[in-house]
Amino acid sequence: MNIGRRIHLLALCIFIIAIQLLAEMSGSRYILTQLTMTGYYTLVVLGLCLLMGYAGQVSLGHAAFFALGGYLTALFSSSHLDQLFTHENISILRKAGIITHHPEINNALCLAPIVSLGIVLFFTLILALIIGIPLLRLKGHYLSMATLGFGIIVHRIFLGTKIFGEADGIANVAPFRIFGFFAVGGDASHRIANFYFAWFLVLCAIIILRNIINSRVGRALRAIHDSEEAASAMGVDVGKYKLIVFAISALFAAIGGFFMTHYNTGIGPSEAGIMKSVRYVAIVAVGGMANLWGCLIMGTVLNFFSLRGFFGSYDDAVFGALLIGIMIWAPDGLFTKEFSHKFRHFVEKIRCQFSK
Amino acid sequence: MPILEVKNIARSFGGLKAVDRVSFSVEGGQIKAIIGPNGAGKTTLFNLIAGILEPHGGEVFFKGESIYGLPPHKIAQKGIFRTFQNVQLFSRMTVLENILVGHHRKMQASFFHAAFGVPALHREEKRAVKKVTAIAEMLNLTKHLHIQTSQLDFGTQRLVELARALAGEPELLLLDEPAAGLNIHETSQLASFIRQIRTSGITIVLIEHDMSLVMDVSDEIVVLSYGKKIAEGIPSEIQKNPEVIAVYLGNENA
Ligand SMILES: Nc1ncnc2c1ncn2[C@@H]1O[C@H](COP(=O)(O)OP(=O)(O)O)[C@@H](O)[C@H]1O
Ligand SMILES: [Mg+2]
Repeated sequence: MNIGRRIHLLALCIFIIAIQLLAEMSGSRYILTQLTMTGYYTLVVLGLCLLMGYAGQVSLGHAAFFALGGYLTALFSSSHLDQLFTHENISILRKAGIITHHPEINNALCLAPIVSLGIVLFFTLILALIIGIPLLRLKGHYLSMATLGFGIIVHRIFLGTKIFGEADGIANVAPFRIFGFFAVGGDASHRIANFYFAWFLVLCAIIILRNIINSRVGRALRAIHDSEEAASAMGVDVGKYKLIVFAISALFAAIGGFFMTHYNTGIGPSEAGIMKSVRYVAIVAVGGMANLWGCLIMGTVLNFFSLRGFFGSYDDAVFGALLIGIMIWAPDGLFTKEFSHKFRHFVEKIRCQFSK
Repeated sequence: MPILEVKNIARSFGGLKAVDRVSFSVEGGQIKAIIGPNGAGKTTLFNLIAGILEPHGGEVFFKGESIYGLPPHKIAQKGIFRTFQNVQLFSRMTVLENILVGHHRKMQASFFHAAFGVPALHREEKRAVKKVTAIAEMLNLTKHLHIQTSQLDFGTQRLVELARALAGEPELLLLDEPAAGLNIHETSQLASFIRQIRTSGITIVLIEHDMSLVMDVSDEIVVLSYGKKIAEGIPSEIQKNPEVIAVYLGNENA
């Protein structure tokens, strides 16, 4: 069993490397850009998979956390703060490495990226707890409605606030520098490294989630999904568990948004949009709710197609349709025995029709 | 000191007094049965003790400590475990996983431990599986361990629920009609399990309609009718009690 699980991880590593080599050899290095972005979106999907699939809580507001991670770091890592720092009050902060110059954006002063990451994580955690405590008392549709409301509010705030750039969002965000030689940012010479960095994060996410799912806490989560009453009668603190999972999934989303924003050197309000939240939910549903690998595969494929523009101007419509279709024909996702039966049956039928 | 002391507890639904100022106490190591016609308030009484329902008056003491009004998980953590009249298993999990959830309070792994797979976690998990497997073995569930509970027959599901509650290593076990839906053979097997559990030192409160089972295993009986306690005593007294015969046992049992 243990070896089986390791093989999955190994397969994922090999797959990531193979994709990069393939892109290199076929001379289509540019697709690594979309694949990198896909990795960041996949982080949101994986966090949501834990929340929806394992703990049974449907959130229609996760784009808000993604956007939050992005907007906050955009604020801290662009010229917005420059006016704030006068030369007297910053020398200590600069010495401590909390504030740095960014040659990429006219030597403007901003927070050091790592400090920005810390603040984003802290703030997301606090916000997730603040809204999670009242919201998670709600059940089923009520919870979805409430998170939808939360998503709308956050979207409108980013869209309507001057400092967040209103409809334009924030551009010219400095890269996130790590170890001096590598930066998450738009620099094309770091494209391959950026691809590996994004997918390294996905790999870490998978390992962490898999560990959680196969443990005491993972069992408790699945128990909550099946019967809250029985789970609490077994000593599981249902409210606390839901809250922690909500916070974990919010953090995953914020981390995705954080790095996506540095990678794209900016963020716009559409990232906070309701359709983005619906899209994440749709992907988790197609992936099979309580199926980490299914969510990983569908998150990768669908986000990549979408970023490559496969769905044209029907992008949002495709995800809406997917959600409807999956609820009708394969409520447990595509990767189930029932669905593969149904699918084979369907293909048989079509083949008969044609051979007539 | 009794292990469980119930004092004047009450609960109504709208105008209906489902449990009406009921008091009784249970001594450590006892098997106490609660009987009464359908709708007498027996399950409501359990839900009050287990913290599922908000109480409308009264007090409950467990080992001298007031537990009334605590949330269900806190009550379980104190050592009171239960089974449900309408079996409530985790249907998408295996028998082993179900029973392991019962062992939750005896394990420590937190989200943080789990996420980073600390070595102590594996040791704890191994110990838990060993303990839980032993419980399954005692209840003849070994061959079902890796089957999803939704695929089991009803009698086995009831046993899994019992195993799950035992895995919490309770001091007090509340069983809500454990023999409902079982055949004669399964019921007699259940009776022997219940006696075995008592021998291991666990106190049991048992709601049951099967009178031969009740008379067989219980030390004392509480009789409820329309939310009120109408009698309490040892089985032989209860069997002869004219009021109990009138409202519940009927003539053939007299
Ligand atoms: N959650 C509830 N809401 C409303 N009425 C309830 C509820 N639970 C129980 N009752 C009512 O309380 C009375 C006692 O029910 P219950 O405790 O289930 O009886 P018993 O277990 O003895 O058969 C019944 O009349 C029942 O309809
Ligand atoms: Mg009942």
